[in-house]
Formats: sequence, structure tokens, C-alpha cells
Amino acid sequence: MKFLRDTWLVFQRQMLLLLRNPVWVVVGITQPLFYLLLFAPLMKKALGQGAELTDAQAYLIFVPGMLVMVALFTAFSGFGLIAELRAGVIERNRVTPVSRVALMLGRCLRDVVSLLFQAVLVTVLAVLFGMRVQLGNALLAYLLIALMALLLSSLGYALGLALKSEDALAPMLNTFIQPIMLLSGILLPMTLAPAWLQRVADFNPFSWAVKGVRELFAGNPGSPDVWKALVILVPLTVFTLVISSRAFAKSVR
Amino acid sequence: MIIETTGLRKSFSSRAGREKKTVEAVRGVDLKVAEGEIFGFLGPNGAGKTTTLRMLATLITPDGGDATIAGVNLRKQPGDVRKVIGYVAQGGSTWDDSTAREELVLHARMYGISKTEAHKRASAALEAFELAEYANRKCKTYSGGQRRRVDIALGIIHQPKVVFLDEPTTGLDPQSRAHMWEEVRKLREMGMTVFLTTHYLDEADALCDRLAIMDHGQIVAEGTPAELKQEVLGDVVQVALPQNVAAAAEVFDSAEYVKKLETTDESIRLYVEDGASVIPQVLRTLDANGIKLTSVELHRPSLDDVFLAKTGRSLRES
Repeated sequence: MKFLRDTWLVFQRQMLLLLRNPVWVVVGITQPLFYLLLFAPLMKKALGQGAELTDAQAYLIFVPGMLVMVALFTAFSGFGLIAELRAGVIERNRVTPVSRVALMLGRCLRDVVSLLFQAVLVTVLAVLFGMRVQLGNALLAYLLIALMALLLSSLGYALGLALKSEDALAPMLNTFIQPIMLLSGILLPMTLAPAWLQRVADFNPFSWAVKGVRELFAGNPGSPDVWKALVILVPLTVFTLVISSRAFAKSVR
Repeated sequence: MIIETTGLRKSFSSRAGREKKTVEAVRGVDLKVAEGEIFGFLGPNGAGKTTTLRMLATLITPDGGDATIAGVNLRKQPGDVRKVIGYVAQGGSTWDDSTAREELVLHARMYGISKTEAHKRASAALEAFELAEYANRKCKTYSGGQRRRVDIALGIIHQPKVVFLDEPTTGLDPQSRAHMWEEVRKLREMGMTVFLTTHYLDEADALCDRLAIMDHGQIVAEGTPAELKQEVLGDVVQVALPQNVAAAAEVFDSAEYVKKLETTDESIRLYVEDGASVIPQVLRTLDANGIKLTSVELHRPSLDDVFLAKTGRSLRES
């Protein structure tokens, strides 16, 4: 099928370029690692409510947050696209009969792969510190964050195509990502928040995603939070994929 | 005709502060381009050349009008138009960290060409454009001329019927420019129709079989470079005289080969069809009437004179 073949072509090229210059994968992992090493230990007392948590218990709460945080960073995908726009690569692709959806999806899949690599790295490190998680549950958690990456990177591409300038994209992303991060309970579970703040957080799809991933890490794949996260993320992801492929198809001046 | 357009229009709206402005970039372009020719769009920056080209290359949709390219309707089947055209943008199209070979192979494959065939074509293109030596180096290490050649090679890797080149030599040094002209002529030899834009008079003159002169979104003149130049009253024979300007003017006023005559204080200017063949006659006539002359000069009209005659401005100034 032409669409799948085109997606594979775009994905292959993006992976090749990523592997040629893997520094961004490494840079993307440094921040979660700092949190893991320098912030997670604080949680042992803070979350234990009197009794101190073990390293393993603290990481079970904290690592899911870190995974979602890494996924949130895929929203910055637009920057690379603006560079490609400027180099004329996107325009050159657009005069070929290549599938417009493939142009976007191939890039998104590259972002998903690099995110999953980072996620595995974070998990393995936490396991070395004593955290234990079942493989099946971890894989399901990875599926959730892969969906998030698909959602956010496609959104990032749509924004990049619309704004066409790093100077406009950077403040825009910071304005949105900051509250999304704070309202998703990445650092501390939202259960610690006052009722009104929890209400607000309920409108943040990523808050549901964090809950879902935490339940999976806690060993409760049957928890309603897991399927709720899926039900919220899947349609949203489909929606942003459609928006973004339209942006790729639309004539760009 | 391989390209035919009727009434092609496009306007852009832009915002300046609170005011919304509509710029009519292309205001009704009718064109016919014959198969196998090098057709040029000559005009100053902002004339609408690139916008027209981008419409024909399916990158932007026209507001009005219609076009067929190699028998395919632009508005109804843009997808099929893409299969028969190549497009080389003005600003380049290669990625710094990719090699020329990678770019060529991938680009070919985006046209549905198989992997082996794509590799074959990439090698052939690298050879043809004298890029084989640098084929596996990253594009950022190339010179301007080399990178431009990669752009052209990318534009024709799928052997299109029509190739659009937007300002193919802008920013190149004189030597690379001459080299590029050769490459463009080679495309014609390979059977492609070349449609290019330029704001260089010499390039339009030397390279194009036929030209359309564009200004303010419209075509103001069309024809071969020679035809266009003849439209502007032909050649000028300027005779400088130490005296007797008025007498000389009287003598030539009745000559049938003179289309128009102008006098200055020390010379007369004769507008004629073919200056070179008229000069001996002019000299004989002056001699027969006993009028002494200081010098004779022949001016051939340039495309700039054509532009001046059609728009009232010089292309060099605009």
C-alpha cells in the first residue's frame, strides 16, 4: 500500500538522521534523570505521611510522572520541522505525489521511537535502584505514552507549519506546556491537591494519562484509570493526526 | 502545447498593523508553452513569476483561472500533475546532514520508484551532474554551485516532462552560472520542457527559446528574444556629425529604410530594421551629399529596452 510505503520511507530517513546526530535523544533524557536522582529521594519522606517510603515505592510513584514528562517534550517537534521548511525539504517533498499523511506520520513515528528509547532508559535506571514493575504492565504504560507522543508531536508539527518561526513557536509552547505539566501531577500526585485544583486537573487529558501509568506501575492493570486514559487519549490522538496531516496537505505559501 | 494557462490568478492578504491588505500577486496569466522548449519568465522581483510557477507546480492553489500541464488539468488532478513535473525552488532543497546520494534515492522513491531503480538513477544523476566525487558527503560541505546542481538533479530524477526552475542561477558566481546554463540546455536535449524564471536580462536572452515578460502580475510581452527586440523599433544607427545636423536629417528623412529619426546637437539617430546592413548605405548617402561625419555607432536593442518600452521602467532600476 502506497500510504504505508510512503510512511516507511519518511520514517526511515528521519531515523537515519536521528542516529547520525543522536545528541538530542541524550539531551532529552538529562532532565528526567536529574529529577530521578536529585528530586525523587525527597518524595520518600514527603509522600510517606509520617513513615518513610522505600526507594522502590518512591520510584513507583515518580517514574510514571517522568515518563509522561519525556512524552510532553515531544511537543517540541515543530522546531525540527521549521528547520526543514527553511531548508526547502518540505516543499520539495510536497511537489512529489508522496502521501501528505505519510510526511507527517513518518516524522511522528520517529518521535515515538526516540521517546520509547528514552522511556526504557528511565525505567531500567529505576529498576537498578530497586523499583520493580511487571513487564506486561510496563508495556501497556509504554503504549499510553506512545499515544501521548503521537498526539503531541503531530500537534507540534501542525503548530510549526502554522507559525513557521522558532521565535513564535517557543513562547507558544512554553505557555501551554507549563500549566499542562503542573496540572498533570507529574512531580506529585494530584490526590495531594485541594479539591478545586483537582477539578481543574480533570480537564487535562495528561493528568488522566499520568494516573493510568501510575496504576500500571503499581500493578493494577484492571484499574478504571487505565482504560479511562486510553479512552481519552485515542480520540484526541486521532484528532490531532487529522489536523496535522491537513496542515501538511494545505498549500503553504 | 505542453502547458496552457488561462486567466491564472492569485492574491495574498497580509496584515500591516490593523490594516488588512490584499496583494494581487498574479492577475490573469494566459500562457502557451510548446513541448521541448526553454521558456522563460523575465521580470523584476515581485512581478509574480514565482507565484505563477508555484501554482503550476501544485504548491499553491490558484484563486481563479485554469491550466493544463502535459494534458492533465491542474485544478482537477493536482496529484497527477505532480507525476509529470519537476520543480526546483529558488532557495534550495537539500538537508545539511544528508548526502546527495541519500537525497536523490529518497526523492526518487517518493515518486514510487523501486529501491534498486532509485539507486541506479541516483548514480546516473550524480555522474551526469558531475557530483559523483562528493556523492557521499553531507550537503553542508558543498559549494553553492554543487548544491544547486543537486537541486536540479533532484528535480529531474523521475524524468518529468516539464521541469520548473525558479531563478536557477541566482546567487551563483559567473563560472557556475555558465555551467548551469549548460545543464539547463542538456535538460532540453533530454527532451524535457524547461520553464524557468529569471531577472537577469542576459540569461533570458541567451538561454530561453521563448520569453514572457512579466510585471505587476501580468504578462506584458511574449515571444522569442529576437522577436521581442524587433518590436522595439529595431536597431539604432547613430551618426555623429561635426556640423550640418539639420542637412543630414533632411537627407535621411525621406529614406525608406528609416522608421524614425531623432536629432541631437551633434548627431542623428536612425531607427532601422537591420542596422548592420544599413550602415554602408548610410555612409554612401552622406558621402554623396558631401556631409562629413565623425563616427557611426550601431545599437542593438536589449531586452531591457523591451521592458522599458512595455512598462516605462528599466529592469535594472526595478
